[in-house]
Amino acid sequence: MISFYFGRLMEIFPFFLKGLWMTSKIAFISLVTCTLIGFILGIFRSSDSTILKRLVGVYVAFVRGTPFVVQIFIVFFILPEWGIQLEAFTAALLAMAIMGSAFICEIVAGGINSIPKGQWEAATSSGLNGIQKLRLVIIPQAMKVILPPLVGQYVLLIKDTSVVSVIGIMELTRVGWVTVVRIPEGLMVFTLVGFLYFIISYPLILLSNYLEKRMAA
Amino acid sequence: MLVDFNFRVILEYLPLFLTGLRSTFLIAVVSIILALITGIIACSCRISGIKIIKYPAIAYIEIIRSTPLLVQIYFLYFGLPTLGLRIPEIQTGILALMLNSGAYIAEIIRAGINSVDEGQIEAGVSSGLNYVQRMRLIILPQALGVTVPPLLGQNIVLVKDSALLSLISVMELTRCGQTMTSERFMPAEAFLTVAFFYMCIYFCLKALADWSQRKLIFREAY
Repeated sequence: MISFYFGRLMEIFPFFLKGLWMTSKIAFISLVTCTLIGFILGIFRSSDSTILKRLVGVYVAFVRGTPFVVQIFIVFFILPEWGIQLEAFTAALLAMAIMGSAFICEIVAGGINSIPKGQWEAATSSGLNGIQKLRLVIIPQAMKVILPPLVGQYVLLIKDTSVVSVIGIMELTRVGWVTVVRIPEGLMVFTLVGFLYFIISYPLILLSNYLEKRMAA
Repeated sequence: MLVDFNFRVILEYLPLFLTGLRSTFLIAVVSIILALITGIIACSCRISGIKIIKYPAIAYIEIIRSTPLLVQIYFLYFGLPTLGLRIPEIQTGILALMLNSGAYIAEIIRAGINSVDEGQIEAGVSSGLNYVQRMRLIILPQALGVTVPPLLGQNIVLVKDSALLSLISVMELTRCGQTMTSERFMPAEAFLTVAFFYMCIYFCLKALADWSQRKLIFREAY
């Protein structure tokens, strides 16, 4: 019986690859947007302006304090009520961007805050303006602190893309969920799904471990 | 937008949300305790020199860390019945949360133990302490200060992760929001209320974690 189902599973394997492609697409787009927004917010969060700091702080607290599923439901069900129509795919990307950028923002702010005050003063007295100070002096040094947890966060974000399956996006987890209805071999189907996630995220985990060791030295 | 926010419906559904809150709380407490036990066992296996228990522990930790929790939940939810095990959804969910958090807790404890200086262990050896005594008297007391704050952080993650159990129809907080949405079609009221309750839990746990951070991490470790 198991070999029969295994044959069936192999028949629909291309379906899984399609799901994997969708997962990679969502993951890639949201990693890029999250990094961009996260860096900008992180710079705001570590800036001297109290208002900006507070605003970003509230945003981060809201995102970190609620589960990602609830955030997806808020984006997907509530925005249309307020007159903003979104497709499931856009809603998923939006939810990912909101969630991921808050976490990356904290990492970036932590990195920038770890740089001693003297570096800022030295940059100021060299006649650099605000953006130059960040770009040439602070960020390059902060990267050492930022990079290892950032890659770790990427792994978490890739795994969190599985949650967008709840709004019906045909990514890897959803494919598994649809398949298991037709092929009642839960262990087999979700071992395959898990294995495909493993292929994407394990190299990143290794990279994160490597960076942690290298940056600590 | 929020002009026609209907507080009356929220009040009407408040008892439902409170039962949801209670079951989220129960799920979290039970899973945290079980995850802690799993984590301690997995970590002991992971750092031991015996290959036959070390490698399975490594495999367990790495597999859990590189697959999404939702896939693990579905794996158990759809997989256990094919093995002939029919257990209620809530127990399946707790099992998934336990296995998931256990792996992370094992890594947190290992990082704490590794943070203890090599010289401390050598000093223990030369004082004639055996392995268990070294662990109990030298390493664990120092590792504890480094371990407790991230452990409390993991608890926050676990509470948020328990929201995923709503997808296998465990009647917890998020599921209450879904129920209310399907009965009244008021997603804004439902999910913002759910978010509010999660925020309350988050701030309590966060205060605890920050307090322990101040209390423990800067304590001088000699």
